[in-house]
Amino acid sequence: MASRGQSVKVLFFAKLREQLGSSGLELDIPACTVAELKQALITHSQGAWREALEQDNLICAVNQGVAHDQRQVEPGDEVAFFPPVTGG
Amino acid sequence: MSFEVRVQEADFDVGELSRSLLANSDHIGAMVHFIGTMRSTNEGSDVRAMTLEHYPGMTERCIEEILEQARQRFGLIAATVVHRVGEILPQQQIVFVGVCTSHRHSAFQACDFIMDYLKSQATFWKKELLADGSSRWVDARHSDAEALERWSTP
Repeated sequence: MASRGQSVKVLFFAKLREQLGSSGLELDIPACTVAELKQALITHSQGAWREALEQDNLICAVNQGVAHDQRQVEPGDEVAFFPPVTGG
Repeated sequence: MSFEVRVQEADFDVGELSRSLLANSDHIGAMVHFIGTMRSTNEGSDVRAMTLEHYPGMTERCIEEILEQARQRFGLIAATVVHRVGEILPQQQIVFVGVCTSHRHSAFQACDFIMDYLKSQATFWKKELLADGSSRWVDARHSDAEALERWSTP
């Protein structure tokens, strides 16, 4: 069982959460980019999450700040993926 | 200078929010409120209810950043944002933005600015329950992104 600090905490919200059937998970992964993390998640799901995670308009946040695909992710970080926001 | 940001399931009382905003400073000369409410129709469908989801922590952080930008830009003296989450029914209140400045022009502008940024940056998502029993996630509007461009040249 991975303890926080050695793994990345991944969160999914809204329509993406429903598409994946998951609100998140802890993933054991060394330092990598957001793009590499996405690929690791697709592998983790044995390919089932590929279509949803490769949607064009998906937004990523690292430690609660919007991040691009090449942003570095370290163990202990919180990484969220979600569709464009619709509040207000 | 006083900012208050709340994300909550409960409804809010505009009179109460207004009074506590005004109590912040005797330099306030203008207060503008915006209240977003729920329509029973959207994109040609009858909507029975709406569920709002958010990203706890990031949402509050986003709104605080927006308020800080508005403070620097429009000289906000005080501001309160309350945004509801959970189930909301037609005619109910969804969001409150209240801003206080010395003069009215900057108050109108600050309120407009905050709403434009909130709609395109704060991490909330709406899901609609339609009259026929089906449900759908609301898609982001292109017009909301366009609204932001108005603020790109000070």
